[in-house]
Amino acid sequence: MLLLKNVKKSFAQPDGTRLPILDIAEFRVAAGEQMALMGRSGCGKTTLLHVIAGIARPDSGLVEVAGRDIGRLSEHGRDRFRADNIGYVFQTFNLLPGFSALENVLLGMSFTGGRVDEARAQRLLEHVGLGKRLTHKPAMLSVGEQQRVAVARAMANRPKLLLADEPTANVDTGHQQQIIDLVRNSCTEENVALVLVTHTPEVSEQFSRVDHLDQLNQAVVSA
Amino acid sequence: MSLLKIAWRNIEQRALASTLTGFSMALGVALVVAVLVAQGVIADSFTRGACGYHLVVGKKGSQLQLVLNTVYHLQDPIENLPYSFYKEFVTTGDQPGRFAPYVKVAIPYCLGDNYQGFRVVGTVPDLFDKLEYAGGRKYEFEPGGRNFEHDHFFEAVIGASVAKKTGLQVGDEFQPTHGLKEGDGHKHDAFQVVGVLKPTGTANDRALFINMEGFYLLDKHAKPVEEGHAADEHHEHEEGEHRHAEPAEHHAGEEREADHPGEARDADHHDADHDKHEHDDAHEKAAAAPDAHEHEGENHHHDHEGHDHHHEPLPEEQREVTAILVLASNDFSAEALRTTINEGETAQAASPIRVISDFFKTMVSGVSIALLSLTVLIIVVAGVGIMVSIYNSMNDRRRDIAVMRALGAGRGTVLSVILLESILLSLGGGLAGFLLGHALVGILGPVVEAFSGVTIGFLQFVPYELVLIPGLIVLASLMGYLPAMSAYRTDVAKALSASP
Repeated sequence: MLLLKNVKKSFAQPDGTRLPILDIAEFRVAAGEQMALMGRSGCGKTTLLHVIAGIARPDSGLVEVAGRDIGRLSEHGRDRFRADNIGYVFQTFNLLPGFSALENVLLGMSFTGGRVDEARAQRLLEHVGLGKRLTHKPAMLSVGEQQRVAVARAMANRPKLLLADEPTANVDTGHQQQIIDLVRNSCTEENVALVLVTHTPEVSEQFSRVDHLDQLNQAVVSA
Repeated sequence: MSLLKIAWRNIEQRALASTLTGFSMALGVALVVAVLVAQGVIADSFTRGACGYHLVVGKKGSQLQLVLNTVYHLQDPIENLPYSFYKEFVTTGDQPGRFAPYVKVAIPYCLGDNYQGFRVVGTVPDLFDKLEYAGGRKYEFEPGGRNFEHDHFFEAVIGASVAKKTGLQVGDEFQPTHGLKEGDGHKHDAFQVVGVLKPTGTANDRALFINMEGFYLLDKHAKPVEEGHAADEHHEHEEGEHRHAEPAEHHAGEEREADHPGEARDADHHDADHDKHEHDDAHEKAAAAPDAHEHEGENHHHDHEGHDHHHEPLPEEQREVTAILVLASNDFSAEALRTTINEGETAQAASPIRVISDFFKTMVSGVSIALLSLTVLIIVVAGVGIMVSIYNSMNDRRRDIAVMRALGAGRGTVLSVILLESILLSLGGGLAGFLLGHALVGILGPVVEAFSGVTIGFLQFVPYELVLIPGLIVLASLMGYLPAMSAYRTDVAKALSASP
């Protein structure tokens, strides 16, 4: 499902030199597999997710998702591929404030080539326990509810891969487990591969596979 | 979810800023609409009024003044023409006038009175029977009304606006007031309304048309007769029924100037004692028409049945006309007539269409273009306001745009959303401005009418207003381009990594 080989990514610094952020020899995730990726702050977790999602382009290396080398796609092609194949749950939910819960989910469906399936959007929200909050805007929802909407939105296009960037970091302790369960159950039900980034041991302990980016990323090891 | 809905949600999200920028656009559009409608309706009204005949003939002077005064009932008349000059346009008995072979219809106009500020025109029934207006439309009367008849001297037809504003109806009587402007002038004998014209959209809606024969019989409307002739006539009647009459030679021997330039002859020195001289007209008529004195006692009772039957027409030598509307046999005859008359010393002939066209080109168009430029500038400024508003919001929305991109929206999609926001704000403001502009036109209608004589209302539209729609879309696209490009260039990774 996901294969990264010799992927390197660096950013230009003010003095003109480049700062290596990612240097990963190989990283694989099988279809439907759920794994946790741990690492300290600044070890390149978010950049890795951006490279996998096609939001950022690697300097070199292979990034293959569902058999497609997304590094070879144009920007427009990557945008469309992302919409069709990759779900993304952000640490800060990133719901659009002017849109209702239902509209936020529909928004996730709006950029694919297919039709907007409102019935599925409603079912997803019902599945995450927000069937009666469809028309509520984010400001009217609790933090935990907002993250549940974000999960529903990420699942809207039946992705093959779900990227979750510390999805419980801004959720209170009482609701953290609910969110983890929701993400994992949703992926299991729809056979979606999951890469969940976390720095919380209580979260990572629940996964049978836990990779440490500190060790995986040579740019960090050699820094 | 459509891009339009996404754009609308973004506008809603910034309700206050959106409302204010939309309102500024509405103000600009309202002003443009008001100027366009006012200009269009005025131009249309002037063109309508100038149709139906070839020439307006009047005393030598300003052609514009002649046309404005005769066709549009604006400004004061120049001077009067002798009645004999009018007769050159018609055939009397078997004797055709000098211009008659080239003329299809000639309508005399006699001015000098008003009714509640509306101009009273002494004319002939042919005005409504034989002339058309606005390119082939015939004059029509409201149900129950008819044209006045030549033999019924004290009958009148009134325009639609006059009927509406004065409340006069068929069967009512009114007394014209001496002078062209509303005031405390002498009230004349009453005329009976026999017809109300259906609205024409021309200045004739604002006038009252009385039988010219009745007009001539009114106080101070007869031209003084030659001294010798008047003395003879007076001699014959001084012992008759003219108890209030002064000697005719008393009038004829003095230089008399009209109170109002161009109106039928006035007798200034009579103003001080009107009451004594309320039968002057009858006297003057009698002075020239020996057989008319037997009716003097009935002249000023407003019994029109008797009135019409007992009056004799004013002799031609005591008549004048203010202007003549001429429908020539054809366009060539019209041009030949115009040239011939203008080469003479007595009169001038003006083509109303040409005069008004020149007037609009030289004066009105210039002012309109200046006004339109100013109002279009206001719209552009409003458009800049929309651009600034959206552009300033981009910093706050950078993360939202990045989220949309992360969800799969392409750069073109976010660019389109921002452009649509700009277009929606412009069109929304434009629609509000369209309504506001017409409301403004409706409110200012009475002022425009007072100034130009043109009736203008809320529901009047001009085709140029349609240009506003594509115009606003183009403007909005231009103004939305800068913020849209800012959205287009959003660095998604950087925006997502930034703290919310």
